[in-house]
Amino acid sequence: MKPLLEIANATLKFGGVVAVNDLSFSVEEGEVYAIVGPNGAGKSTVFNLISRFYQPYEGSISFDGQNLLDRKADAVADLGIARTFQNIELFEHATVLQNLLVGRHRHRRTTLVEEMVFAPRVRREERKHREAVEEVIDFLDLQPYRDKMIAGLPYGVRKVVELGRALASGPRLLLLDEPASGLSVEETQDMRWWIDDIRKQMGITVLMVEHDMGLVSGVCDRVLALADGAKLAEGTPAQVQADPAVIEAYLGAGAA
Amino acid sequence: MDVLQLLVSGLANGCVYGLIALGFVLIYKATEQVNFAQGDFMMLGAFITLGLTNAHYLGLPFWLAAPLAICIMAVLGYLLDYFVLRHLFGQSQTAVVILTIALGFVIRFVAGAIWSHEPQTLESPLAIGDFNVGGVVLGMADIAVIVVTVLMTFFLYQFFQRTKLGLAMQAASQNQMAAYFMGIPVKRVQGMIWGLSGAVAAVAGILFASKGAIDPNAGLLGIKAFAAAVIGGFGSLPGALLGGLIVGVIEPFAARYLAAGYSQIAPYALLLFVLVFRPHGLFAQVRTKKV
Repeated sequence: MKPLLEIANATLKFGGVVAVNDLSFSVEEGEVYAIVGPNGAGKSTVFNLISRFYQPYEGSISFDGQNLLDRKADAVADLGIARTFQNIELFEHATVLQNLLVGRHRHRRTTLVEEMVFAPRVRREERKHREAVEEVIDFLDLQPYRDKMIAGLPYGVRKVVELGRALASGPRLLLLDEPASGLSVEETQDMRWWIDDIRKQMGITVLMVEHDMGLVSGVCDRVLALADGAKLAEGTPAQVQADPAVIEAYLGAGAA
Repeated sequence: MDVLQLLVSGLANGCVYGLIALGFVLIYKATEQVNFAQGDFMMLGAFITLGLTNAHYLGLPFWLAAPLAICIMAVLGYLLDYFVLRHLFGQSQTAVVILTIALGFVIRFVAGAIWSHEPQTLESPLAIGDFNVGGVVLGMADIAVIVVTVLMTFFLYQFFQRTKLGLAMQAASQNQMAAYFMGIPVKRVQGMIWGLSGAVAAVAGILFASKGAIDPNAGLLGIKAFAAAVIGGFGSLPGALLGGLIVGVIEPFAARYLAAGYSQIAPYALLLFVLVFRPHGLFAQVRTKKV
């Protein structure tokens, strides 16, 4: 079986700073894979490489056998890759429902003229998209917030809305950038169940960046530890946590 | 009757301001930039139509020339974004402001060089005679202006509310990064909005020129339209239309009932008043209340 996402020998430099250094890893279909590492290790940069915000200096990135580097940032979603952001990037002056509907953007197939006159085909499509979004709303318990503006929502809810928007796009691969950062213990617990269900019920492959080792060891099959943009260790959560190189990077030399 | 007459001619003028204001708002909504050359776009659209249709120039039939001019302005708008504004990506707002002000000067000069600085009249089938409805004199052009403006506003409103492209434009204006990852080609969408506002400016220009003579300085009307857009709330399409109508109506009444000269400053006095008491404009206020 070929892996779903494969990154080979990727290197990215910002001027003289090497942000990602000859990094190779692959994510299998159906697994939950986490990237961990201290601040500035290059975790989010890896996400930005996959979402085509950055162009790698060297190396290759492929998704389901297709070369991702051939695509622009707006053509990544069409492959079935969705993501969330560390600092939450929602459409602030729109409601939760509208944000989720934007997630359906890549599935809209109607023409401009049909849409202007609101033709029957458009109605049918709209209904289909609305149903898909309502499923996500039910799944994430967002019902109380359906028609609320994002600008007035608490942080924890926004985080869930962003996850919902990514799910609404019907992805094969979901990239979660620090899904638990800023969440309370309870909210983190919810996030954990959701990630579990996303994998098991929806069959979506998850790649996440996360600091919360509790969450990582709870839901992830494999973990990649990064330091200074390079691979430090890879394996099951237990293996990586016990790795002397990882402990050293986190706690400093001598702690092991 | 006097009041009614002032009201009708004010509304017709106001619709032209409203159409130019729509152009301001379109670009602001989608790119958070302000195009100070919007009035000059309007003038250019009018002159392109004039150049295509007047017997003195190309002499094409008006109903061919008008859509053609609208298309030409749409393409010019898109190309302006493609070749110039896209390269200012990430620069401060001021860069775009200065650039569009300068662009206005260039357009005025070029239009003057091609079509001369003398006022000219568009040979428009809309500019035929007046009606007398119960003592109120209505020009055919005035009726056309009002009808087309209402239709345009409705059309644009539908476009933004219903279509994939319109919604993509709204999304791109609110969060460019998120829009990219929803599969929206943000830069192309922004180019299209410049094209669209070029087309709207051309419609405004054709209607304006049907109402009377134009010269290359007609674009300075854009300043009044800018005031109209601010009064309306600068992010709202119906607000732009309403702002335009208010400015349009206030002018003839000020001219009629106040001392000479006041009609010139009345729109700006109102602008000042609105900015002091409703800093976000008339329509934005409604929106924040809803939140």
